[in-house]
Amino acid sequence: MASQKTDTTAIPFYRDERILKIIAQIVSTVVIFGFLIWTVTNFLKAADARNMELSFGFLKEAAGFPISNPPIEYEAGMTYGRAFVVGLVNTLMISGVGVVAATIIGTLVALARLSSNWLLSRMALVFIEFHRNIPLLVLLFIWYFVVFSFVPPVKESLVWPGPIFINKRGVYLTWPRLTETGSTFVILSIIGIIAAVIVFIILRRRRKYTGKNTYYMPISIVLVLIFCVSGWFLSGGSPFQLDIPFLKGFNYQGGLRLTPEFSGMFLSLSLYTAAFIAEVVRGGIQAVNKGQIEAARAVGLNQLQVLSLVVMPQALRIIIPPMISQYLNLTKNSSLALAIGFQEVFAVGKITINQAGRAVPVFGLIMITYLSLSLLTSFILNIYNRRIQFVVR
Amino acid sequence: MAIKEMEQDFIRPPQPPGPVKWIKDNLFSGFMNSILTVLLFPVIIYLLYQIFKWVLVGANWQAVSQFPMLFAVGQYPRDQIWRVGFIFSGLMFMLGISWGRWGGLLKSISLAAGSFLLLLAVLPVQHPQLDLTMRIYLGSTILLTLVGFLIGNKTRLKNTIIIAGWFVIPIIGIVLLAGFSGSEWLPAVQTTLWGGLLVTFLLAAGGIVLSFPLGVALAFGRRSDLPVVSGFSTVFIEVIRGVPLVTILFMFSIILALFLPVESRIDRLVRALMAVTVFSAAYSAENVRGGLQSVPLGQVEAAKALGMGNLKITVFIVLPQALRAVLPAIVGQFISLFKDTTLVVIIGINDFLGIGRSIINSDPEFVQMRTEVYIFMAVVYWIFSYLMSLASRRIESAMGIESNL
Repeated sequence: MASQKTDTTAIPFYRDERILKIIAQIVSTVVIFGFLIWTVTNFLKAADARNMELSFGFLKEAAGFPISNPPIEYEAGMTYGRAFVVGLVNTLMISGVGVVAATIIGTLVALARLSSNWLLSRMALVFIEFHRNIPLLVLLFIWYFVVFSFVPPVKESLVWPGPIFINKRGVYLTWPRLTETGSTFVILSIIGIIAAVIVFIILRRRRKYTGKNTYYMPISIVLVLIFCVSGWFLSGGSPFQLDIPFLKGFNYQGGLRLTPEFSGMFLSLSLYTAAFIAEVVRGGIQAVNKGQIEAARAVGLNQLQVLSLVVMPQALRIIIPPMISQYLNLTKNSSLALAIGFQEVFAVGKITINQAGRAVPVFGLIMITYLSLSLLTSFILNIYNRRIQFVVR
Repeated sequence: MAIKEMEQDFIRPPQPPGPVKWIKDNLFSGFMNSILTVLLFPVIIYLLYQIFKWVLVGANWQAVSQFPMLFAVGQYPRDQIWRVGFIFSGLMFMLGISWGRWGGLLKSISLAAGSFLLLLAVLPVQHPQLDLTMRIYLGSTILLTLVGFLIGNKTRLKNTIIIAGWFVIPIIGIVLLAGFSGSEWLPAVQTTLWGGLLVTFLLAAGGIVLSFPLGVALAFGRRSDLPVVSGFSTVFIEVIRGVPLVTILFMFSIILALFLPVESRIDRLVRALMAVTVFSAAYSAENVRGGLQSVPLGQVEAAKALGMGNLKITVFIVLPQALRAVLPAIVGQFISLFKDTTLVVIIGINDFLGIGRSIINSDPEFVQMRTEVYIFMAVVYWIFSYLMSLASRRIESAMGIESNL
């Protein structure tokens, strides 16, 4: 240190790391902020020249466009804000249903891919390679413009067991609807499930500490059953009523109607994502060391125990992180529904831009919506992920 | 005697399983398995039969076979089509050289492409767009590929020159395609006329080439000591990754103009390319960052001890190891970029998918053939992205990387 002080010319300033860092700091700040300020001034000038409004006040104005089959009450003339919420509900609906379906299909395909039967395994491979290598938009167009266009008109509806009626106007599902007294059953069932979960956790913890078998699984199942059955009788017989679609005039009434747009989007989105999920799940299961399975068998666990106690906990740890990104992809990909006229957030935003101008605030709104959806999903799943990643030594 | 037999059994190498044993092992290994096979077999046969019947007899491929040029280049002026042909031949020549030098998958690709062109050249059908000039052009392109093969195989061309060629020819190609306004013999061609596979490949290749360096820069930016740089990179990456590509495409096609000086006008196709690039760069950045994190600190310290400068450490020590570790993820990102280029249809650019859709919508007769058109497009997309994933698997096994997925 001392020698450095006496000989200040030893390090010229352009090679002194401390000074260089400060210079880099200043230069990068100036460049980045300069760039930002430049764009913002340009923008303000353009906004001024075109008399653009940048506030979100338009959300309270009346929107002149209709939305076909809104999931919540909406009609043309309600506010833009309301229309946006309708779009948001549509996005959440298609992503929620899509995530569940893609996970189930993906897991089944992964198991088929791992099957010892050559034919089944090859079929799963064909499914995976087909969906992974064509663009989602092409898949969507095939489902919507090709498959759904060959569906018969209302009078000659396809009838599938269920009964499910399929025709040009959509897919009509038979749907259980709550009867007037049915709420008793639902409330009691929910109480039963909560109670069972609490008992399950307590008993399992007891077993962990005492080592005694506390039969936590059968006890909690019986608990749920008791509450459900008593709810069934208290609500006076069947709490649900099957709402079967029926032909009335030129259309079907009742049941649950899925529009062709929703069905096409749902099918292509969940099949496409399922192919990716299948690969994730297969990779996770195959990554479990074979010795683990052999050891578990040697200890005397049966097939089911090997799977649930040894394979799955280890596979899940590998599966969850890529699964999170698949779920996020699915949510973001739901914006492609715009191309077939299913009105989710992005489509509603686009109509709003066309009608009310104000591209910038609408885009801000759309981006904030997707960003918070992404953040929320990854936040929740990361908590779960952290819980199962416990065995880090 | 028994011992001797056992010994022989032991010494003899295991026999390759015969077809009977293979069937027994893979199709009838157990009770459930046999039932499954018996149930699945007729289903598969039936499906295959139906598919073949439809493809060969039921389908009407007129909407596809009538417009090969439209699918390839869109509305590009037909009297200027030689420019596209010139680039295509140039790329085939480069493919030939690379085949001669490296072989492997490149050989299969060259042979497949060559035989496809040969088939077209000698196809005994009357087609307005398959006239004598076209056939001669196809034949000479095949010859050029073979010449390329000989050059690559027999001469000692440097690898760097071949790789440089792969970059130089597309750049010349883009200049050639765009032309110069006011030029007598090379008039400018508006990008609104470009279309088809040409645009799809342009967007995909351009996106890959431009997004990768940007992604590496962002990855370093995010790891930087400078708070402004790392903050900016982090926000940039996370915002782009948090929103769908459609949003970014619309941002660039509608809003970008507002943030630039009034007099500047950016071409529509370039804006789409920018959007695709920025989107892909954010994902590449995260992949590269994963790779950077996997390089042990000891490597950097050792390099420092040897007296290497920061730049040298990054270029020669850190990056090669980092990129090698995440190569599968990067290639996967490129494949999804290729598939994502289809989204430009939504902002009205006529890429391959867009051309197919406009053909269908151009004539009520073609609306009836939409199945054929969509299946054709799906097959084309499938072939190219499958080739890319095949190539990535070859590279991985050649480099000894195990891919997780």
